[in-house]
Amino acid sequence: MLAYIARRLLATIPVMVMVAVVVFAILRLTPGDPAAIIAGDDATAEQLEKIRQSMGLDMPIHLQLLQWISRLLQGDLGVSLLSGTPVLSMIGDRMGPSLALALGTIVVTVIIAIPLGVVAAWKRGKLLDRTIMTLSVLGFSVPVFVVGYLLIYYLSIQLGLFPVQGYRPLSEGFWPFAQRLVLPVLALSGVYVALIARITRSSIIEVMGEDFIRTARAKGATERIVLLRHALRNAAVPILTVIGIGIASLISGVVVTESVFNLPGLGRLVVEAVLARDYPVIQGLILLFSFVYILINLLVDVLYPVFDPRIRY
Amino acid sequence: MRAVVNQLPAEEQAQEAGNAPLAAEAPQAARIIKQLTGALRSGPVFVAFVILVIVVLSALAAPLLGTRDPVAIDPGSRLRGISPEHWLGTDAFGRDTYSRVVYGARVSLIVGAGATFLSIFLGLLFGVIAGYFRVADAIIMRVMDGVMAIPSILLAIALVSLTGGSILTVLVAITIPEVPRVVRLVRSVILSVRTEPYVEAAISLGTRVPTLLVRHMVPNTVAPLIVQGTYVFAAAILTEATLSFLGAGLPPEIPSWGNMMSEGRMYFQLLPGLILYPGIALAATLLSVNILGDVVRDVLDPKMAQKS
Repeated sequence: MLAYIARRLLATIPVMVMVAVVVFAILRLTPGDPAAIIAGDDATAEQLEKIRQSMGLDMPIHLQLLQWISRLLQGDLGVSLLSGTPVLSMIGDRMGPSLALALGTIVVTVIIAIPLGVVAAWKRGKLLDRTIMTLSVLGFSVPVFVVGYLLIYYLSIQLGLFPVQGYRPLSEGFWPFAQRLVLPVLALSGVYVALIARITRSSIIEVMGEDFIRTARAKGATERIVLLRHALRNAAVPILTVIGIGIASLISGVVVTESVFNLPGLGRLVVEAVLARDYPVIQGLILLFSFVYILINLLVDVLYPVFDPRIRY
Repeated sequence: MRAVVNQLPAEEQAQEAGNAPLAAEAPQAARIIKQLTGALRSGPVFVAFVILVIVVLSALAAPLLGTRDPVAIDPGSRLRGISPEHWLGTDAFGRDTYSRVVYGARVSLIVGAGATFLSIFLGLLFGVIAGYFRVADAIIMRVMDGVMAIPSILLAIALVSLTGGSILTVLVAITIPEVPRVVRLVRSVILSVRTEPYVEAAISLGTRVPTLLVRHMVPNTVAPLIVQGTYVFAAAILTEATLSFLGAGLPPEIPSWGNMMSEGRMYFQLLPGLILYPGIALAATLLSVNILGDVVRDVLDPKMAQKS
């Protein structure tokens, strides 16, 4: 088991290196001189040269890459061009809202989506199933920011049920914190619920064709036991896999949702950095999000045996 | 995002497509057309089809639909509500919201179609190379793994922020995150048909590599690529709208739905329509493309359809 985890961790290193190389390449190989973009239109040649030196742009490209990666390994993501703050500490400051939003969304999604998927599989082909599946296409199709504004408009502005936008940290009390997270979590869950409900339904339907389900039925297990104990347990691995893969869209969703609801998290930080062309911050955040995505999928892999003891490493 | 569900088993799906000699079934085009038209009898599919027709017509005939110049500024009539003159009111620059929503369809469809063709072209190119030439395979696929590990919106944002938001750079930025999935799909089809007897026969007859690839192998990718294309199309429209909404997309003077929503944010409490009308147009378009995409998949790839 430990050996397996170690092996999988090692296997993610090439992917992480590739991500770092791709991110590096995006900055260096795109047309235009990054130093010139950073310096702005009215920079003097001297200022330009200084920036170029400070960014190491005067070195050969492969040395730049090596230097950049060796700094990364030391946890040095560079400093913001705008504020001079280290990118890493900026990330630490802004992590709270994003983490709360992402975790809240995953919890809400699992609570809503898995029962929906089980019910849809159980009533396969019936009206209830078709309704759930139609709603799931709707969930996929309506973008997070459209859902977000619809929720704000009807629930906050018209009905006054929730604060319109904004964020309060948990340290200021649970209620103000939770109250401001309800709508963002709901908005972001839409896509994710649709995704997980669909995969739950289809994996259960697939499992229902297996021999052990017939055996379970033959020995007189009720439909509920068959569905929950036999089918759902065996469908856990694909569901878990999709939750892992869905983290990529969750991350994109967090970026958008934070903008809609004015949450001062990492997503807002990305957008602020893009608008200000603060490249070290953009780079650092893309790397961070990609690494989180890779590590979560590693975690999912490692969790397989917990849900399906037939899988052993 | 819906694409994720389908992309999970993309390789499997491709293998099935490759094993079932789809190319040989080409005379069954009549069957495919019959099934596609037959699907219209279902309520949601019909509604989706009607929506798509309306969107396409709006894009094609925008000037004939009672619209005004979508970029004409009129400071005298800022932020108006619904009136006979301005069917959906006006925005902060006095521009006619209805006209901008109609013209927005044009922008969305152009961006969607452009990104789809571009990603299929690049995906086909790299996928065939990776699938056929072993040496290139390792390199191409490692790069694709790297690109795939970066959440698509972030990758697109980074590309746009570096290159500045012209239409072309936004198009490229939307396309690049979509390419790896197409490459994987094409590659897996090529890998699976390589061992088919007719391909081995062609090789032993001394068929030259370009002919072999173009005539015997690439046609097998057509059906899965059409299915994949519908996903890319929806994803591209969504990414463009998202980028523009975040202020990192098309230049603000272009009337795209995302840009309209982005500008409407400041006046949302006063005139929610500034966000809701383009938002509804965007959601309806994505919904119809997604529903019709599922229909296309069901018809072209019946095995996959049973699963989901």
